[in-house]
Amino acid sequence: MANSILTSMLSMGGLGLVLGGGLALASKKLAVKTDPRVDAIVEALPGANCGACGYPGCSGLAKSIVEGKAPINACPVGGTPVAEKIAKIMGVSDIDSEDDKKIVRVLCQGGKSEAKVKSEYHGVKTCKAASMVNNGPKSCSFACIGFGDCVKVCPVNAITMGDNGLPVIDGEKCTGCGLCVKECPKMVLALTSSKNEVHVRCRATMKGKDTRAVCSIGCIACKQCEKICPFDAIHVKNNVAVIDYEKCRNCMLCVEKCPTKSIKSLFVERKKAVIDEEKCIGCTLCAKNCPVNAITGEVKKVHVVNQDLCIGCGICQEKCRKGAIEMVRNE
Amino acid sequence: MAKELFFIIVGSIFVNNFVLSRFLGQCPFLGVSSKTETAVGMGMATTFVLTMTAVAAYFLQNYILAPFGLEPFLQIVSFILVIASLVQLVEMVILKISPTLYNAFGIFLPLVTTNCIVMGVALLIPMNNYNLIKSIALGLGAGIGFTLALALMSGIREDLEFADVPEALRGPAIVFITAGLLSMIFMGFTGLVPLG
Repeated sequence: MANSILTSMLSMGGLGLVLGGGLALASKKLAVKTDPRVDAIVEALPGANCGACGYPGCSGLAKSIVEGKAPINACPVGGTPVAEKIAKIMGVSDIDSEDDKKIVRVLCQGGKSEAKVKSEYHGVKTCKAASMVNNGPKSCSFACIGFGDCVKVCPVNAITMGDNGLPVIDGEKCTGCGLCVKECPKMVLALTSSKNEVHVRCRATMKGKDTRAVCSIGCIACKQCEKICPFDAIHVKNNVAVIDYEKCRNCMLCVEKCPTKSIKSLFVERKKAVIDEEKCIGCTLCAKNCPVNAITGEVKKVHVVNQDLCIGCGICQEKCRKGAIEMVRNE
Repeated sequence: MAKELFFIIVGSIFVNNFVLSRFLGQCPFLGVSSKTETAVGMGMATTFVLTMTAVAAYFLQNYILAPFGLEPFLQIVSFILVIASLVQLVEMVILKISPTLYNAFGIFLPLVTTNCIVMGVALLIPMNNYNLIKSIALGLGAGIGFTLALALMSGIREDLEFADVPEALRGPAIVFITAGLLSMIFMGFTGLVPLG
């Protein structure tokens, strides 16, 4: 009995010792020199290996960051917090950490009740396959097909299919990785900055009459938005309105004017300028710069914003040197 | 001898396929079979480790366990020990020799450690009193059989994506049914080789 305990202890101990020693030796002999920063960055990354950055997994990205091939904020899932950690590891301080988060928007409103259907489709239920058959089942060849290829590809489950057969984006979950944008065969998804509130939700470049014939909510290129925009930010190009986000101030005038409602804002109400009476010194800078003359007041006296006229462009806020103007949205 | 080796290999690929007849290694069989590319990668890694393990198990059994009379209670423990360190070693060697291959294997290589086919092969060798050559044949056959099962399954699953599966059976349910049918088909090979 004692003998068998002894032999088993010795043999197992010996085996463990030999194998452990062998492994230790092998790890020394076969060590592959890796940059310690690579391991540190792998630690900092989310580790989901989703591939949204375009590199093979988190370790692939880490390697590329160390080699300088990828930017430190290349991980779209981790966002700013991860970029800051990586910046620390890489010894870079200034990163583009402005909250310029990109979010995917659906640029089509042709749901079941809005867009006409030209044929019934019974094939493989993916947008890619359906778009190959006669340009998709909807009459508008630019319309969202609605089989949800984007829903399937989204690594963070930010996209769901709405009741009207159009995808709905959860802005909180969306990381702006752009995988769905690449997946969509109709290109109705687009990445835009989360600061942009107004979007032309139509990409149909047919003539206005033709668009009207196939969809009740498409852009008919009437140019009314172009005329009403005080900032020259929206133009009809190729029979569809396009917003220049360098100039757009989310004033929503075009949203209200659009006869087919193809321009939509994320919010129902626009922001309004409110002047803090205690801070205002009556310099009249705001009144001079207001594009719609909504601000009145005498020199050296508190100015007042006419809430009915204010379009919420925020120019006065930028011009005010005392920080007395705030943009407020009444929800 | 050559005939016996042939029987062992063909037997472990078809008749006693480790996945579909002996029902070992179900986890990777269902877990890594959604894409053919990864399935074949996993199969390759497992085949490699299986062959190595067969050699190690043979020596361990015949030079340590059997002479000291330890096999009744130390067999499984010592095999686990050897398999785990072997996989570690293989991983290091591959990383050193060919980083490309290492990247291709990725996470699958360490996963092989917990694949019970590996343990199954190690235990079958002393059970059948195989010699070194036969042990290697068994390991190789088991690996090829595993790769075959995985490749078949992944091919079917890729086509299943496009099939109109009833709502209630979508997801894992239809995969289990498929696995069952595939297993029944492999049961049909019984009698192909007159050997256990």
